[in-house]
Amino acid sequence: MTQLLSPPGRRAVHIGRYAGTVSPRAVLVGLAGLALTAVVAVYSIGHGSFTIAPGDVVDTLLGGGTPAQKLIVLDLRLPRILTALLVGAALAISGALTQTFARNPLASPDVLGVTHGASLGAVAVIVAGGGAAIGMVPLAALAGALVTATLVYVLAWRRGIDGFRLVLVGIGVGEVVTAGVSWFLVRAEIVDATRATIWLNGSVAGAEWDQVRPLSIGLAVLIPLAVATAFTLQAMQFDDDVARSLGVRLQAARLAVVLTAVALAAAAVAAAGPIEFVAFVVPQIALRLCGGSRPPLIVSAVLGALLVAVADLAARLALPERELPVGLVTAMVGAPYLLWLLIRTNRRVSA
Amino acid sequence: MTTTVRPVRTYRRPLVLLGLAVAVVLAVALSLAIGAQWLRPAEVWQAVTDPDPASPATAIVRELRLPRTVLGVLVGLSLGAAGALMQGHTRNPLADPGLLGISAGASFAVVIGFQLGAGGLGGYIWFAFAGALLASVAVFGIASGRRGGPTPVTLALAGMAISALLASFTQSILLADDASLNVFRFWVVGSLSGRDATVAAQVAPFIAAGLLLALANAPALNALGLGEDIARALGQRVFLARATGVAAIVLLAGAATAAAGPIGFLGLIVPHVARSFVGPDHRWLVPCSALAGATLLLVADVLGRIVVSPGELQTGIVLAAVGAPFFVHLVRSRRGAVKL
Repeated sequence: MTQLLSPPGRRAVHIGRYAGTVSPRAVLVGLAGLALTAVVAVYSIGHGSFTIAPGDVVDTLLGGGTPAQKLIVLDLRLPRILTALLVGAALAISGALTQTFARNPLASPDVLGVTHGASLGAVAVIVAGGGAAIGMVPLAALAGALVTATLVYVLAWRRGIDGFRLVLVGIGVGEVVTAGVSWFLVRAEIVDATRATIWLNGSVAGAEWDQVRPLSIGLAVLIPLAVATAFTLQAMQFDDDVARSLGVRLQAARLAVVLTAVALAAAAVAAAGPIEFVAFVVPQIALRLCGGSRPPLIVSAVLGALLVAVADLAARLALPERELPVGLVTAMVGAPYLLWLLIRTNRRVSA
Repeated sequence: MTTTVRPVRTYRRPLVLLGLAVAVVLAVALSLAIGAQWLRPAEVWQAVTDPDPASPATAIVRELRLPRTVLGVLVGLSLGAAGALMQGHTRNPLADPGLLGISAGASFAVVIGFQLGAGGLGGYIWFAFAGALLASVAVFGIASGRRGGPTPVTLALAGMAISALLASFTQSILLADDASLNVFRFWVVGSLSGRDATVAAQVAPFIAAGLLLALANAPALNALGLGEDIARALGQRVFLARATGVAAIVLLAGAATAAAGPIGFLGLIVPHVARSFVGPDHRWLVPCSALAGATLLLVADVLGRIVVSPGELQTGIVLAAVGAPFFVHLVRSRRGAVKL
């Protein structure tokens, strides 16, 4: 009888002719994260100027409830929480992909040009177009993100893409684009500068179904793609030579990973502005919770959704009258948690 | 990446250092001569060596351009050297001096300064310096943990986390206060304009001390680059070397940020430029980065005065617009392939 050998910390599983390994710890963390996310989401929907009990929220979500509850839950509050969850998941996966393929924990989608490009597009429209153009902002952000990411990829191409070169070129291009943002901010009227600053900090307030629909369709396509790249990611953590000798077609694999990461981040940023910190911090938190050698994708997505949902709720609970942008609260919640993990696991994890 | 690091021929490094020193002198000359009013070299020379109180050229050079140029040299030297140290200590080519939390700490403290009503640039300087100091001590302390010194990864991660946390506080204050945002958006871009001679005099002692520490720290960085265990086996006192390096970075980048606002990008690209000329040996890399930083900052400042003359574009913006394409070109060319 053949015995499948399990690597440390992982359990071998086989279903029919397919076999693979699963980390029980990652599964546990993922399930716990999902449960917490559901609790936060339900509480968050119930909380507001008109409070609805958690039981009624679940009831309404499942099709029951009074007409008033339906209006508040389904039309007003659900789009906002869904946007928070989807944006968090998208950014976290994008960050996990970027950090793995760049082999650098400081890399996040902004080194691919996405966030900076989106910021330039949005700020340009806000400053040049004034208040009237506010509806154009998501489109401008999306266009800015995609154009900048393409520019980075093209400039980094030199008989193929090298991860290190891509990151450095991305930083250079990002800096030019950021200078453009600063230039717009410096010459703007103070009203426009404030409006631009709010957008730059990322916000899910005022999200509507019109934004949720394209975002969820995008994620439904992109998240499976991201998971599909996981097999090559596993090999790409090593040297290029090792990866190649393990049978990875590096250029194709890199293009797939970069495209997926860019598309995920661009979709998220267009919907909610640059909540860039999620993409940096969540993969690192997930890595420290799950162990292993690279940030886990699915767990990152769950924790990313959780972080943004918690941040949005915290912003509304702490300062109900002011509505801090969710991007700021994300950093206030996520950064101390990462610091605590760093202190606790000091010198045990080195990835 | 399969890069073969070409050995740098030994005679080349002193030549590079000399060439960079000449470049700084040339940049200083340009900075003194060019502006809303262009001066001839003879006029500049006369204004510096033999001031004539009646001549407008003397007034322009000595009152306006000389303090600004001196400050540019100081800030450029600091950020260049601090960038080289930072990338060496974190062994991360993406590290810039802001990574220790210096830019974010300084920005936060400056905004607090606005709230407390600190008047004028002279008031902000001490706020910015204190903020940079506190933030970087926090980062270093958290990254060090219970045992020994910080590893490169914990240092970088702790720096990112503290920076993001402070930045979120800064932004929350700014969102509630348009008046502060109005001042802050000009400070945060980074600029040399409007700083008088006292600013340079205030930061000069810190920068001088920081440069000495940086040069003293450079040999140890070569050993640390091999990994902490090997460095220890080679006889390095790892914690001492780390602490010296961080002290140097804080002094240099803290003083530079206090004087000119956060221009962290300079500290990021300049070491890459210098590395492509002199290779990875920190004994050459640190001084070459410092000189290249001063040159680049002065050239950016001069360009900022030319392009929208008679107004001017903030140095930080020009630096990014000019430095970044150069940086991208360098990364694309074979030279840029030299790794840490």
